Amino acid sequence: MKILGISGSLRRESYNTKLLRAAEELLPAEVEFELYDGLKAIPPYDEEDDGEDAPESVTALREAIAEADGILIATPEYNSSVPGHLKNSLDWVSRPLATNTLRNKPVVVVGASTGAFGAVWAQAELRKVLAAIGARVVDAEVAVGHAPTRFDDSGRLVDENLLSDLEETVEALTDEVRERSLFALTNIRS
Amino acid sequence: MSSTTATQTWVLDPVHSSIGFEVAYNGGTFRGSFREAEARFDGESLAGSAKVASVDVKDENLNAHLQTPDFFDAERYPELTFESSEIERSGDAVTVRGGITIRGVERPVELTGTIGEPITDAYGRERFGLTLVTAVDRTDFGVNWNAPLPSGGNALADEVKLTSELYFVPAEA
Repeated sequence: MKILGISGSLRRESYNTKLLRAAEELLPAEVEFELYDGLKAIPPYDEEDDGEDAPESVTALREAIAEADGILIATPEYNSSVPGHLKNSLDWVSRPLATNTLRNKPVVVVGASTGAFGAVWAQAELRKVLAAIGARVVDAEVAVGHAPTRFDDSGRLVDENLLSDLEETVEALTDEVRERSLFALTNIRS
Repeated sequence: MSSTTATQTWVLDPVHSSIGFEVAYNGGTFRGSFREAEARFDGESLAGSAKVASVDVKDENLNAHLQTPDFFDAERYPELTFESSEIERSGDAVTVRGGITIRGVERPVELTGTIGEPITDAYGRERFGLTLVTAVDRTDFGVNWNAPLPSGGNALADEVKLTSELYFVPAEA
């Protein structure tokens, strides 16, 4: 099983990227984890640039999603919503809608913010966007509020309750991936 | 049943049959249909299925959206099915009770409509028509998508009318 982590925050010291690293440590040893690092290269969406000659940065993201069995997205909250760049990247991935690589893919959304609420509004909107794209959005949430107080100097998540929430959420994602495989087998046999 | 339709097994003539849905949306009525369906009728029982992948609405993006976990979740539940438990007939009026399964959830349902006597068509083949309608609450089946309107309320109603205009021909021996 392979899980792809996508951070909606681009800066090196991002709390959301640290949250993904914390999730990686909670995954069982047999699960492969890749932290996607190509989001910054993605240009603004333009249908005229899409198709067979889509930008390499876009093709790379589409392929990385196709190769993963499940997706874990950590989002900050910009002005009460999803960061524009993350939304723009997903807009690229969503085309064409009927065959996009997120379709039916199990996805979990988590989030961290420096404020009290842990990006809950951005997370809710991101789940709506992912469902519209056709992803299999797992009903789970981790909201890391007051993020600077939740990680230690080496960037490790140290809040026990949040670690427990994150572990449950990561497990919900891997369970959903397994369930998808079982449904695929059942439907092939019937 | 005393009708001649009870004396043999009939299957759907898919070209001349239509299976559709109607739902209140945004102040109007939105309609769609399923292009691929099968059914069998033998007088005592009626069973049928429709392929979710064949859902047909007038927008390719909406067709694509209807396949996803937001709506029918075609990957997991590729078919909608119906199986009767009881058929009552009075003249050309018919009531069919049974179970309908959408998204893997089965619920009891009562369909009402009309049934015709078999006729011989222009090609010498027997056929008869059966029209059935019912209404279901889509949220009973986990088809929960909605969009809140800026003015309040939701864009899409929960109650969905299911309509089927079916033509049956004798099953091949």
